[in-house]
Amino acid sequence: MKPGIVLFPGINRERDMAIALERAFGHAPRIVWHTETDLGELDLLVLPGGFSYGDYLRCGAMAAQTPVMGAVRAHAERGGYVLGVCNGFQILTEAGLLPGALLRNAGLRFISADCHLRVERTDTAFTAQWQQGAVFRAPMAHGDGNYFADTATLDRLEGENLVAFRYVTARGEVTPEANRNGSARSIAGIFSPNLRVLGLMPHPEDLVDKLLGGEDGAPLFASLAAA
Amino acid sequence: MTQRPIDAALARDFGLSEEEYARALAIMGRPLTLAELGVFSVMWSEHCSYKSSRTWLSQLPTKAPWVIHGPGENAGVVEIGHGLACVFKMESHNHPSFIEPYQGAATGVGGILRDVFTMGARPIANLNALRFGDPRHPVTRRIVDGVVRGIGGYGNCVGVPTVGGEINFHPAYNGNPLVNAMTVGVAPVDRIFLSAAAGVGNPVVYVGSKTGRDGIHGATMASAEFGKDAEEKRPTVQVGDPFTEKLLIEACLELMQTDAIVAIQDMGAAGLTSSSVEMAGKGGVGIDLDLDAVPQRETGISAYEMLLSESQERMLMVLRPEKAEAARMIFEKWQLDFAVIGRITDTGRFVARHQGRVEADIPLAPLADQAPVYQRPIAEPAKPAELPPARAENRWGLAEALERLLGTPDLASRAWVWEQYDSTIGGQTVKRPGAADAAVVRIEGQTMALALTTDCTPRYCAADPEAGGRQAVAEAWRNLTATGARPLAVTDNLNFGNPEKPEVMGAFAAAIRGMAAACEALNFPVVSGNVSLYNETEGRPILPTPAIGAVGVIDDAAAAVGIALGPWLDLVLIGQTRGWLGQSLWLREIAGREEGAPPPVDLAAERAAGDFVRGLILNGTVRACHDVSDGGLLVAVAEMAMAGNVGVRLSAGPREIPGHAYWFGEDQGRYVLAVPDGPAVVRAAEAAGLAAVRIGHSGGADLTVPDGGTISIAKLRAAHEAFFPAFMGS
Amino acid sequence: MKAVVTVMLKDGVLDPQGKAIGQALAGLGFAGVGEVRAGKVIELELAETDPTRARATAEAMARRLLANTVIESFRVQVEPA
Repeated sequence: MKPGIVLFPGINRERDMAIALERAFGHAPRIVWHTETDLGELDLLVLPGGFSYGDYLRCGAMAAQTPVMGAVRAHAERGGYVLGVCNGFQILTEAGLLPGALLRNAGLRFISADCHLRVERTDTAFTAQWQQGAVFRAPMAHGDGNYFADTATLDRLEGENLVAFRYVTARGEVTPEANRNGSARSIAGIFSPNLRVLGLMPHPEDLVDKLLGGEDGAPLFASLAAA
Repeated sequence: MTQRPIDAALARDFGLSEEEYARALAIMGRPLTLAELGVFSVMWSEHCSYKSSRTWLSQLPTKAPWVIHGPGENAGVVEIGHGLACVFKMESHNHPSFIEPYQGAATGVGGILRDVFTMGARPIANLNALRFGDPRHPVTRRIVDGVVRGIGGYGNCVGVPTVGGEINFHPAYNGNPLVNAMTVGVAPVDRIFLSAAAGVGNPVVYVGSKTGRDGIHGATMASAEFGKDAEEKRPTVQVGDPFTEKLLIEACLELMQTDAIVAIQDMGAAGLTSSSVEMAGKGGVGIDLDLDAVPQRETGISAYEMLLSESQERMLMVLRPEKAEAARMIFEKWQLDFAVIGRITDTGRFVARHQGRVEADIPLAPLADQAPVYQRPIAEPAKPAELPPARAENRWGLAEALERLLGTPDLASRAWVWEQYDSTIGGQTVKRPGAADAAVVRIEGQTMALALTTDCTPRYCAADPEAGGRQAVAEAWRNLTATGARPLAVTDNLNFGNPEKPEVMGAFAAAIRGMAAACEALNFPVVSGNVSLYNETEGRPILPTPAIGAVGVIDDAAAAVGIALGPWLDLVLIGQTRGWLGQSLWLREIAGREEGAPPPVDLAAERAAGDFVRGLILNGTVRACHDVSDGGLLVAVAEMAMAGNVGVRLSAGPREIPGHAYWFGEDQGRYVLAVPDGPAVVRAAEAAGLAAVRIGHSGGADLTVPDGGTISIAKLRAAHEAFFPAFMGS
Repeated sequence: MKAVVTVMLKDGVLDPQGKAIGQALAGLGFAGVGEVRAGKVIELELAETDPTRARATAEAMARRLLANTVIESFRVQVEPA
């Protein structure tokens, strides 16, 4: 699988993502600039975290309107893989590639802290290397990560088993305390219906090295590399 | 404003004394234009000219074999091995942060970032040293909230991790908080960019954001104390745009891969004036600016306003003419303004033209050479007496006092603050805030890491500025050492009151003397810094606060240790304990007195203990290490226990020292080591001529203290973590 | 023409910012404040001189970019520049 990182002005976690991808894939990802429309032979498009266009107007709103997003949409419609992390997740919802929206954190403050995520299904290209129900740690770093969708959409996501990760305690329990940004139904990440598009708020790419606190995030990238 | 005649009265409003105005007139030999008066007033402000502090700053040692550039450049540069250099500096944004805490702090972060990437270094970490007023004072909460949000808002968005810093509270900062921001970057040693302009005819290029009327006379504001009208000074505060800064970082670093740049400088305090004057002055050339070409955000901006504007996220460069078009393409790709606004000349003059008129024409050499330097009168601070033992009588059990101390504002957990700063971005943060005595950040693509800290104990400096200056440097050195790093160099941020008061200047001189002695003894030179004076409100100065930022290097990031204690380890105390309670937190918070002399630092012992500890860390003996500082030995042990979530059983101290003095005294030069074999470490330390004693053993879930008290780690943690959320209401 | 686009969170979407403002107002002693909602106002200077066409353009902009209709509603006012 050939990965590429889609870069918008103001994105700032592309270096972290490139390191994580290179560790798993054995080669550096291609960097795709926001003005590009030819994605060539890329199989996996990664939209990393950051503050595209300064998060001005709404997080991800302006990035969603850039030329490259037309190509990302076409790639997704062809069944290509897309991963959006943090601002990348916000961009995917703004572009309509994933349902819902990310609102201001319930406590109105930026949260930079490790959280625990529960893997809700493992029969996907993104999560195959985890055990069903596995709990892993990942840093979160966002001001607008409070997942919102209307009740019908939430019911559909759960009914179709499209919730990828939930905020849980270290023991894997869904509690209000573990859901620090206030996300609806503790949702931290969701899949598209064809399971080829994943968006999540926390940063598995920042926990792929024992020296930096652990390798909890590595299975995401290992799964993709093996897919 | 243009209505007023340009005379001594206007000059005084601009911050120039009568004598300084007369000197400016003598240099010019004719009346000044408004723009020229503006240029003189900012270049000769305390902030830009260091007129009160310069004679003292020269006492600080600035050289070592690893120092590439010391003070005088945008930031200090030290060699760290593998062909790389560390570029770093700390700078204050105190006055703007009082007027508008969010933007003041945010633009402080933005400004110090520019000082570092201007030199060709990619910023890899931010730290900040913050001092706030009494938590019970009505404005403190709003200032803490704004400053923390501002630091996070800017740092998180530009994508540089905020990895460390410190926070103190004291009523002396009620009307004048301190926001000292530090940035650390890394660059190849052979790709360092400097600010001296060269090459007659070369284009002077403006890049970044457009110019507005922000912050006009910020530099002179930073050089005057606040009166009751501080609220009305609000319009002079600049607004930061971290998104543009991020683009500016990427564009500048991309351009720096080429050989287009002759000289580069950010537009910080006094904006276009100070950047162009300093670049031309350092290069011994002249500069001719066409202000009509400056990208402008508003209409009708005058020459005076354009020269003095402190709009953020702007840089000035001198380019090789044949590379200018390639440079333009890079900046346009990043959607940043790029404009040729002038040329380098051989006239030695600063010339600014606007709408067909010469608005300023000033000879550069006298502007710099004849800048005022003041040998301000000093009153030598009185040496405080040592605290008489009777003044430190104890009525409290150790566990009870510890629990209370851990909940006080100066010792409480800072997690509430850190959790608003992105500390992991970049994917290289080995030791996050609170995990070790210094933050440890690996260098991308390398096994080595930098250790980073900021330190100062203002209550020591207030009691004895010389001892406080020594202690601040020694503690920074100790904090780097406690991770296993080799300390390299210092950046200082000297925050004091009104230098025209002899007692303030006396404290300043004494603090420098103390710092110089420590830097000398520890081979720890000062390579960059900043002076912030007039930190007073309505005549009351802040505590003398010479904040020290410091950098060390550890060749193998995996060898770095933190403070988190594991189970079944011996705790060994290295260093001499006398039970020094003078100016301790125990005395202030438990006994309710701020008295006595601060603990002295024996620099030879400091160095011996540190070198010994570093050796043990690097040979793998040490599992966790924590220096003993605020709150003393018991607080240090409790912090290790809380970080590792494990209990400790402590043994009794020596009979000749009262228990509370032994456990809460703040004697300097001490470390607590967690090791598998305590007696072996004690023997090794004694063989090296150091005081060492096994003080306890880890395990279980409780802290058991020698006076019979026991307290659970969970209870300690609850006390430790309660203050900030309760204070800030979330 | 000048177009003023007001963007508000839809009813039913939690507005913690509005809630915090309401609490702060109560803390300052302003009694009788009911629900508080926070939104944003975007002012656009348009070359278009016909009010109907200006409104249509601004509404298209709001649907495409200025508002996220998953969570926000908008209102457009048009006035002479």
